[in-house]
Formats: sequence, structure tokens, C-alpha cells
Amino acid sequence: MKSTHHSRRTGKPRAVRSVAAAAAASAMLLTGCSSGESGPPTLTWYVNPDDGGQAVLAKECSDASGGKYQIQTSLLPRDASSQREQLARRLAAGDASMDIMSLDPPFVPELAEPGFLAKPPKDVAEATTEDTLEGPLKGATWNGELVAVPFWANTQLLWYRESAAKAAGLDMSKPITWDQIVKAAKSQDKYLGVQGTRGESMSVWVNGLVESGGGQIVTDGEAGQDAKVSLDSEAGRKAAEVIGTIGKEGLGGPGLATQDENASMIQFQGDKGSFMVNWPFIYSASKAAVKEGSLKQSVVDDIKWTTWPRVAADKESAPPLGGINLGVGKASQHQDLAWDAVQCIVSSEHQAQYFATNGNPPSSAKAFDDPEVKKAYPMADTIRKSLDAAKPRAQTPYYNEISSAIQQNWTPPSEVTEDTPRETTEFIQEVLKGDALL
Amino acid sequence: MSTTVDSRARAAAPEKPRKKKAQLSDRARSERKLGWLLAGPAFVIMLLVTLYPIVQALWDSLFSFRLTAPGDKEFVFLGNYATVLSDIVFWRDLGVTLLITVVTVLVELVLGLALALVMHSAIKATRGLLRTAILVPYGIITVVSAFAWFYAFDITTGYVNHWLSWLPMIGPDFNWFASAGPSLFVIMASEIWKTTPFISLLLLSGLAQVPGELSEAARVDGASSWQRLVRVILPNMKAAIMVAVVFRALDAFRIFDNVFIMTQGQYGTETLSLLAYRTSIGRLEIGLGSAISVILFICVMIIALVAIKVFKVDLTGGSGEGK
Repeated sequence: MKSTHHSRRTGKPRAVRSVAAAAAASAMLLTGCSSGESGPPTLTWYVNPDDGGQAVLAKECSDASGGKYQIQTSLLPRDASSQREQLARRLAAGDASMDIMSLDPPFVPELAEPGFLAKPPKDVAEATTEDTLEGPLKGATWNGELVAVPFWANTQLLWYRESAAKAAGLDMSKPITWDQIVKAAKSQDKYLGVQGTRGESMSVWVNGLVESGGGQIVTDGEAGQDAKVSLDSEAGRKAAEVIGTIGKEGLGGPGLATQDENASMIQFQGDKGSFMVNWPFIYSASKAAVKEGSLKQSVVDDIKWTTWPRVAADKESAPPLGGINLGVGKASQHQDLAWDAVQCIVSSEHQAQYFATNGNPPSSAKAFDDPEVKKAYPMADTIRKSLDAAKPRAQTPYYNEISSAIQQNWTPPSEVTEDTPRETTEFIQEVLKGDALL
Repeated sequence: MSTTVDSRARAAAPEKPRKKKAQLSDRARSERKLGWLLAGPAFVIMLLVTLYPIVQALWDSLFSFRLTAPGDKEFVFLGNYATVLSDIVFWRDLGVTLLITVVTVLVELVLGLALALVMHSAIKATRGLLRTAILVPYGIITVVSAFAWFYAFDITTGYVNHWLSWLPMIGPDFNWFASAGPSLFVIMASEIWKTTPFISLLLLSGLAQVPGELSEAARVDGASSWQRLVRVILPNMKAAIMVAVVFRALDAFRIFDNVFIMTQGQYGTETLSLLAYRTSIGRLEIGLGSAISVILFICVMIIALVAIKVFKVDLTGGSGEGK
């Protein structure tokens, strides 16, 4: 009381107090205000943008913890590459707020190799992977050890307009090949829905084609900079033939060179749509467009699905694999609680709920049997089948370099030739050695 | 007589600065002190926020250093510079950057001068409205304007193809962002639209400094409008023109936002600053990325030095002489 009067009377002490208060406020801001907080510790979960499903799970698991912790979500950028950039920078700087992270599987090795990720305790690893599908499990493993926990898994399907398939005389109950859909689109003067833009979607397409042809882009990713690039193979050349034909003959539509997943979906919904390889989000997005009034119900009724096209008629396809794994930062101050929260988030009930509400398929086999899932996604069985056959992208700490090099050499699709696989292989090797810019 | 005056003047000349220094009044001294006190903190902060990152980048550029492989950090001296300067990607990106700089600055100069002349000769009542209208694009954030231009030209969402359908090569299926030429055209058009007002304002101030009597005298002597512009007005506003050119050239050389939003550098549209960003931030190759940033910095310094030393541009005000 006394000091208040004093400060009111004289200017100088008040100024000193203001400076002290400002300094204290700045210090609080710099330290993140967390140390002095009362109540349960707050876990930060860095999430990729979705329809709000991760925020709901964060709340449910916070409530279920019985006051042990509170999970607060923090939104990462929209695209996978920018998410990786932010996570890598924060992890490299030893950011203690990296409690839980939603990680895109191809970038897991890059973050696990320098020890940025905490390894899941044995009991957590066992409990969270007992019924995980093989592909997603592989994507969460590095150097033979589980370094993250699969949360949801994604795969691409072959979506088609029933009317177009019928007009082309294709029996869609049997496995379909790339050559067949190329021929069908050509004969019907329709467009194929593929992603030809210079982005991760191009690496996904190339990887799917190479793996389906029995090849691999990188054979020993663990070797890091010395990894063997094996794109210059029969499978690589067949992949170049498919992409080059679609590009040169204009079968991907006029916007192919800049077409991403969303743009190809819009084209597929149009009059010239026929076949499209894409992720399951297109089904919920099309239904939402009907609700908004921007798409006719008859279009959605005409959309059907089957597994990814084969490269060779007698060999099962290896569809692209995506999804999200959950990792815990090595610098996190609440690692035990974070693993506890991860265990709650990835439970098969939560995975089923997340699929039904947000359209992202589960990595747990059990979750596919949930009646809610079957009701919301009639193609759930096809997704499950596709996930079983799906192959991950190259697992290496240098995935970003390999993917960027593929994107640069395989776009625009109209310029892809039989020499592209060899040129890409040489380019990747030079980049990995540090002899070339990307 | 005149020789006497001249020699006296010459003899007095070297003493002049010494005399001036000796005669510095108390008031002038305290004003100078106040000047340092006022500008000092800003100067120190500028040093901290600009010099520190520059020195750090210089230091980092000497290492092979990847953010996700901190254990493999290795001193390579000028190795990163050798890699960058011997790579075709760097020279291609430098070419694109120079092309954008030269074309945009030239077009902006012509358009800016035209707008400045319009503003200068507009009747007083409309001057304020005119200046505000011309300044609107400059007030828009570059990222926002880049998105607006992108969506206008994009094949899925755009309407420009419809507008320009009377042109022989442009139909509804024309993809502006599928190759270097059309992409760079849109990028440069957006850049010109956005920054021409800045140049026009700088030129307007130069135009205001041209004495009206000169133009008037030329008119009386029978000079046409074009002759008055080329022979009287332009030579007298050379200094303002050079300042505008240098400011814009330095700015255009560092172009980033428009390219990043519209093409992300794909199909031969990458500029040097985007290459530095992709290497440092995208690839997390701090050493290599820093080397590119340092080279970019040196390029900007060279442009500024050439402008100041060769073209004698006075950046401190419009009174300098541009030769």
C-alpha cells in the first residue's frame, strides 16, 4: 500500500516498476509461462490440418487421463514438406514443447536417424502395434526398431465413373491395368485423373508404378548418402512409359502439369472424368460438394472404386501408402505422459471414430470391423485390401532429396521419356554426394 | 583580374574544411551529439539484427552442415561456393532473376513515368484521388496480390483464358503455369502491377523539381511535347530516375513471394532467393544454403556499388547528379 502511494507520487520509481514488470512479462513469454502453472502438465500435440478430428481426440484423451495431463493441439502447415521443415527445425533446436507430433511416414527416418525422436517404451510399442497392418508398421520403423506409433494409414484407390467404364466395355470386377485405362480414356475422349504437378504427389505416383512393376527406387535406404538408387530398371522404364504416354497424348487433361490431388478430383467430377487414382478423401469431399450444392448427386452415384491399377496384368499392384504416425520428441519434458496419451489416441476405437468423422483410414486391422466405419465408407473393405498390398516410399534419411529429384525429372509428364529413369538415377547420386544443387 | 580571383579561391579552398571544423559552435556540437544519441540506439539495433545474421551466414557457408545430421558437420572452406558456382541450376536461376529484374524495371520505368506525368498535369481537384487510386496496388500485401494473380490465371479457377480467348494462342485449355515463358509473363505482370506506383511516386517527386520555366521556354521556341519530354524534362530529372531504378533493381533482384506463390519455382521459373530458401529451409542444408545467400548478398552489393560509383546515384536525396 505504502509503495503504491509512493509510486503515484514520484515518477521515477513508477518507471522502474514498469520496466521491472515489462521485464518479468518478457521473461514469462520467453519461458513459455509453463513452469509456474498449477494443475496438470500440458502436452503439446503438433497436428497436421484435418477436419478437427485430432482436436476432438486430444480432448477425449485429456478427459480420459483423469487429470494426469491436458493435450493441447498446435497446427502444422498444410503440405507435408512444410510440416517436415517446421518439425525438423524445432527438433534440431531442442524444442521442449515437442511432446507429440503427427509425422508423415516418409520423413520418419530423417528425424529418427539423428536421435530427435524418443523411442517408445516396450509396453507401449507392444500395446499399440498388436493389430497394426504391415505397411503402416514398416513406415514407423527405422533400422529395425519402432520409432513412432502408427495412427492412421492411407492408400490410393482407382476411382472410376461407372458410365465411362461401361462405355469403354471394361469389366471392373476384374483387376485393371494402366494400359487398359489409358486405352479406355483415349477411345472415349475422356481425361485420366492423375497428379502431374511438381510435388510429392508425383513421387507417390512414380513409386507406386515402380513398386507395382516389381522394382524399387532405393534398395538400401539405411546407407544414407551411399544408398543405391535403382530407378534405372525395367520397372522404372515401364513407369516412364505410362507417365510419358499420359502426358504426351494429353490424357491427363490440359492442366496436368500443375494438377494436384484436388485439381484432379475436380476434373474427375466433370463431364470428361473417367478414371482417377487418388486418396479416399475424394469420396467425402464429393459428398460434401453435393450438400453445398456445387455437385449433382448423380455424379456421386456414378463414382465407383477398385484397387490401384496394375502395371502388368499378372502381377498384383503395389498401391501408394500414406498416413500419419505419432512420435514423441527426445527433448520433451513429459515423455512418459506423452506415450500414455499416444496410447489413448491410437486405440482402435479412436481410429475407427477418426475414419468415420474425418475420412482418414485406420492403421489398426480391428478398426476396419467397426460398424460405423462400414456405414460411412462403403469402400472400407477395398481400402483394407489396398493397405495390405501397399508399399511405402523409399525409407532413408535423404528422402526429401530423392523425392525432390524425382519431382524435377518427372515433371511435366509430357517430357518424360525412356531416358528419364537413367537421368534421375544419375542426378540423385550427384545430389546425395553433395556435388549438385537440387 | 580573373586569374587573381581564381588563385585566391584555390588558395583558400584547402583551408575551408579545417576552418569549418574549428568554427564548430557549441550549438552545432550539441546538435551533433543529440543526433548521435537519437540515431545511436537504432544504429546499434541495425548492427545487431543485420550484421549478426550476415556474419553467421558467412561462417556457416564454410561448413558442410545439414540440420538433421549435426554430427556430420565438417569444415569445407570454399567448397560450398565451388559447388554452387559450378552448377547449372545456379546460373539458370541467376539468368531468370536478371531477366525478371531487367524486364520489370524497364516496364515499370516507362509506365511509372507515364503515371507520374498524368499525376503531375492533373488538375488540382483530382490530384489526391488520382494518387490514391494509383497507389492502391502498392498498398496490397505481395502474397495477397500473388494469390489474386495466380487464381486469375490458374486453369481450374481462372477467368483470364476466357477474357483473352480472342488471342490465337489462348483458349480455355491454355495452362499458364505449365512452362517457363507464360509463367514468367504472369509473375512479371503481377510484379509490375504491384510496384509501378512506387516508381511513379519517386518519379513524380523528380518531375516536381524540374523548373517550369525550362519547359515553358522550350514550348515558346516551338518544341513539341515529345521534344520537351526527351530534351528538357528527362535530362533534368535524371537523378530521380536513377534513384528509382536502383531501388527497384535491388528489390526486383530479391524477388521471392510472387514466384513462391505462383509456381514454387517449377518449370524454369526459380529465382536465386528461392534457390537459397529451398536449399536452407527445404533441404535443411545450412552450409550450402548460406553460400547461396552470401552470393545473393554479393550480387545485390555489386548492383548497389555499380549504381553509386558508375552512375553516380545519390541515394541520400533527389539533389544528386545522375550521369
